[in-house]
Amino acid sequence: MAELPGQIQRMNGGINQLLEQIFGFSRRCLFRVISMGPIPNHLAFIMDGNRRYAKKCGLEEGSGHKAGFSALMLMLQYCYELGIQYVTIYAFSIDNFRRQPEEVQSLMDLMLEKIKSLLEKESIVHQYGIRVYFIGNLALLNDQVRAAAEKVMKATAKNSRVVLLICIAYNSTDEILQAVKKSCINKLDNIEASGSCKHEDTDSDIEAKDMENQEKKIQLVDIEENMQMSVAPNPDILIRSSGETRLSNFLLWQTGNSQLCSPAALWPEIGLRHLVWAILNFQRSHSYLEKRKKQL
Amino acid sequence: MLSLFSVVFTFLALFLLIPGLFISRRLRVPFSLENIIRFFKITASKYDDERNDERGPMGEKKKRAKNRMPKHVAVILDGNRRWAEKRGLGTSDGHEAGAKRLMENAKDCFAMGTNTISLFAFSTENWERPEDEVKCLMALFEKHFKSEMPYFQRDKIRISVIGNRSKISRSLLGLIEEVEEATKSYEGKQLIIAIDYSGRFDILQACKNLAMKVKDGLIQVEDIDEKAMENELMTKCSEFPNPDLLIRTSGEQRISNFFLWQSAYTELYFPNVLWPDFGEAEYLEALTWYQQRQRRFGKRV
Repeated sequence: MAELPGQIQRMNGGINQLLEQIFGFSRRCLFRVISMGPIPNHLAFIMDGNRRYAKKCGLEEGSGHKAGFSALMLMLQYCYELGIQYVTIYAFSIDNFRRQPEEVQSLMDLMLEKIKSLLEKESIVHQYGIRVYFIGNLALLNDQVRAAAEKVMKATAKNSRVVLLICIAYNSTDEILQAVKKSCINKLDNIEASGSCKHEDTDSDIEAKDMENQEKKIQLVDIEENMQMSVAPNPDILIRSSGETRLSNFLLWQTGNSQLCSPAALWPEIGLRHLVWAILNFQRSHSYLEKRKKQL
Repeated sequence: MLSLFSVVFTFLALFLLIPGLFISRRLRVPFSLENIIRFFKITASKYDDERNDERGPMGEKKKRAKNRMPKHVAVILDGNRRWAEKRGLGTSDGHEAGAKRLMENAKDCFAMGTNTISLFAFSTENWERPEDEVKCLMALFEKHFKSEMPYFQRDKIRISVIGNRSKISRSLLGLIEEVEEATKSYEGKQLIIAIDYSGRFDILQACKNLAMKVKDGLIQVEDIDEKAMENELMTKCSEFPNPDLLIRTSGEQRISNFFLWQSAYTELYFPNVLWPDFGEAEYLEALTWYQQRQRRFGKRV
């Protein structure tokens, strides 16, 4: 009789595994059908609603974020299966430093733990060949987190199948300002460098001088090159969970023409149906947007 | 007790609204029962929120009650062509109807206490549209600037036009300068019209200005911060450069290169109506939605 609970548990485990296999298979079929239409190249997520989820389920303070992390892993798996090449997530904003110190500390500890886990052999990074970038003002982070982040970036530099951009200590206005500052400095250096080798003013040189004047002015490409997010194309879809429709200073420059989705589910509750709905909406307006892009 | 009241009124609104929506929109009922009900809903929800504040678990006074009305509302006027297509009219009729609706809505908006209204009238990408449509739009701008000037002066509304002025015709440019000059001293109400505007172009020109200042030694590179950027963007003409609420009609959920920097913390509202159908009732709906938002700016409430 004492063996019965053990047997039941094993049967349960077996049934669970079978169900998982069936779900996985039907999900992959669904993805095959969706891939008949255009699939976005770059997806961005704002992971909002972890604290509200913890309150809703009566969990303790920090566990909302842990549940959010599992939801994130699930989303990444779906994105990989669909063939989406770039995924960006908004992990921690510069404004979030203004939260209660205990919460900030627990978030930093959680991030350190998860970043370190990415380095392990069985992690999702190696399984799917993900290249990881950490975008943001990394100088604002404590030394441990920064060191771990740089280690992960170095370790995954050779992967090329999927690119994951984690925005940590990030603000879009800060990113734009850094790009502006870098462009200013570059231009000043260029001017100094060209000023040191003078040439005479003749007619044939006027064209060269025009080009030089042009080079002295800052162009759009200069700012875009110096943006930290230039390693990825602009996002096609931006999904913000928990139903809020704001950008909260995330990818302001890059989402000028992106589809914005805000499912009402909190981030730990986000699932396959929200992703599928977002992609279907994207496919609906895709042909019109492509026409517009070609006109430009 | 009051929540019961608001529930009853919500039911009434539902049973009046849904049939009302199916009836032709040509019956314009300005101060109808529905609008009165909506106004009640807004005040009722305000009262409810204040009651909940006092009973709040931490006993903290939430500041939401103070910031009820958006100070700066931005609107992307989308859907004129689709509206005209639905009625079998030409594109220019759609834009005419849109312009008429614009003036009416602006009047309502100011009457409800908004300080600044920004309108995305013409984007840099719109130059790619067919030539006669672009000509029609430019003619529309000229016509409305001329005809509405006395109204702007009467109601003391300051007009500012932002955007790249190099491609606009000279007559329109002259009119713009005239209107801006005539209304520049008014305070308290401002209408910002974006003609040939693009969010990226705005940031780029601000960056160029900052770069020139650095080159000329007026500021150091380290002094370039968010405040410096805001003082160079085209929205520096306004007391409230960052919109609190951005409305884009016609159901498309994109910002399409309108305010990029300025909409960092803006609440985005995407109603399904087309712009010529967006009236006072829809605006009240948007306001109700806005007042229920919890704006945290990244911090804990």
